[in-house]
Amino acid sequence: MNKPVNQKAWFFVLPVLLLVAFNAIVPLMTVVNYSVQETFGNNEFFWSGVIWFEELMRNPRFHDSLGRQFTFTLTILAIEIPLGVIIALAMPRKGIWVSVCLVLMALPLLIPWNVVGAMWNIFALPEIGLLGKTLNTLGFDYNYTRQTGAAWFTLITMDVWHWTSLVVLLSYAGLVSIPDAYYQAARIDGASPWAIFRYIQLPKMKRVLTIAILLRFMDSFNIYTEPLVLTGGGPGNSTTLLSIDLAKKALGEFDLGPAAAMSLIYFLVILLTSWIFYTLMMRNEEQ
Amino acid sequence: MSLQLKGVGKTIGADTHIFPTDLELEPGTFNTLLGTTLAGKTTLMQLMAGLEIPTQGEIWFDGKNVTGTAVQSRNVSMVYQQFINYPMLSVFENIASPLRVGRYPRQEIKRRVGEIAELLRISPMLNRKPSELSGGQQQRCAMARALVKESDLILLDEPLANLDFKLREELRDELPKLFAERECVVVYATTEPSEALLLGGQTAAMHEGRIVQFGVSSEIYETPNTLKSAQVFSEPPINLVNVVKRGTKIHLGEATKWTAPKGIPNFVDGEYIFAIRPHHVTPTRPSTTAAIIYGIVDVAELSGSESIIHFQAHDRPWISLSHGVHPFAAGTKAKLYADVVNGLYFTPNGQLVTS
Repeated sequence: MNKPVNQKAWFFVLPVLLLVAFNAIVPLMTVVNYSVQETFGNNEFFWSGVIWFEELMRNPRFHDSLGRQFTFTLTILAIEIPLGVIIALAMPRKGIWVSVCLVLMALPLLIPWNVVGAMWNIFALPEIGLLGKTLNTLGFDYNYTRQTGAAWFTLITMDVWHWTSLVVLLSYAGLVSIPDAYYQAARIDGASPWAIFRYIQLPKMKRVLTIAILLRFMDSFNIYTEPLVLTGGGPGNSTTLLSIDLAKKALGEFDLGPAAAMSLIYFLVILLTSWIFYTLMMRNEEQ
Repeated sequence: MSLQLKGVGKTIGADTHIFPTDLELEPGTFNTLLGTTLAGKTTLMQLMAGLEIPTQGEIWFDGKNVTGTAVQSRNVSMVYQQFINYPMLSVFENIASPLRVGRYPRQEIKRRVGEIAELLRISPMLNRKPSELSGGQQQRCAMARALVKESDLILLDEPLANLDFKLREELRDELPKLFAERECVVVYATTEPSEALLLGGQTAAMHEGRIVQFGVSSEIYETPNTLKSAQVFSEPPINLVNVVKRGTKIHLGEATKWTAPKGIPNFVDGEYIFAIRPHHVTPTRPSTTAAIIYGIVDVAELSGSESIIHFQAHDRPWISLSHGVHPFAAGTKAKLYADVVNGLYFTPNGQLVTS
């Protein structure tokens, strides 16, 4: 079997290859390079093997920020996904209110992250912020700059405010794609609203919900700007999420080796979790 | 258990979807709603089912006024053009779903689902999900769901439209048998005149929100009482041309004339619309009384067993449908024969001229 070999095909692949190389492979390999070396001033590098990874695995500071990261991500997923679906279900399907609702929903998504952080920073200030002042006037002892609980509450409320809309919009897109005939058929059967949700709406929303959960998982795992502007990781280290910890290490302390090792583990956690989740959801799909 | 519509109409905003309609459908009958898209077939069905509430008039079922009764308490089934099944449930559970809502005992559900699956020939697929079935099987599953409970009214909204030709024929042949033993009112919507004839029973020809004629399907086809009804019930479209009756002759243009049908007292001299179905306009001479039509060919579609010739004559498009292969090049002159004894005469306002 002699297949004709056409080398011209390379010219079509090359641009993408270059793009991916400079976009992903080169930066990633730079990080890999840093992670296995010891850095001294004067741009001197020495091979150090996996020592940074070993150290990181034993480092309670890393464990803590990883723990905080998972707590944060799982909490906001547990709130945003059901809340988003509920709001999407409650939204009108026809008429002028559709556009009004959609615009209102899209608004938080359009605001830059550092602005969101700054807004909530002022909004929640106990002495002058609308939220902080109100809570304190109502008799709650609320000061997010000093109390861990209050800081987490503000952080999570802010993320829910900012990102639930994304889940709403995706779920809504899934819902409106269900033909009217399905609802009619269910009405003829006399199916309950719960049965309609369980057997028609939820299965039809499954794909978009998978995407929504994945996007929210990755985005919240990468979150940096908002908590940094809001709390700066404090009080103490109580809201220092992975990315903030990483930035402190890499830029604040200029520990390139450990920071690179941390980046890689961070990257692998996101990649692995997303892959496992996606595979599980899609395998169900095929059954 | 007859279904009666008494002056039922539906308007949404300024749009009238259904003009006030009177209709009585008897139990154990197969009724076809025939009309083009947007003729109001689906809306009328939804009104019958109770999915939509009429803006005027009343719906009576079995001697009871059910106008305001919710759909789930009416014992109605509906099959749609799309294959509507619960995606997560097995075929068995899909068919069983109306019975589960009705809280039937376990054994009864099993027996009924088994029976209906046998009837629709999907027994081997009971454990599969709808997505693992072919289109035809998915629609069979949806039909089984509609048939499994003893509904008083079964509505089928273009159920065969999304199936390919072969499956459509297969299912269409089975349809009348499925309902033969039942004492329910069956309403079937379609855009295809041939389907209305093949399924038998009665047809309501619909046009722009009105039922223009209701009666036994073949009778409507033979003698449509209005021009609209004739147009709805003809595929390819019926040929219409203005003629003038003078004395015993019908004149088409200057040169063509034929003998007017006799014995119709109100067929006075004047202008009429002459309607003749495409299969009565042929390239071969069907009888000595046929009128000759000279035309310019637009296009000739040859399918092997049939030829459809589109041509221009007397300042309007005509269609000829004939057996066999009759090739005509576009732009050429053609001599065709209209078997005028099979034609229908309508007054200029669209009423059939009858004896």
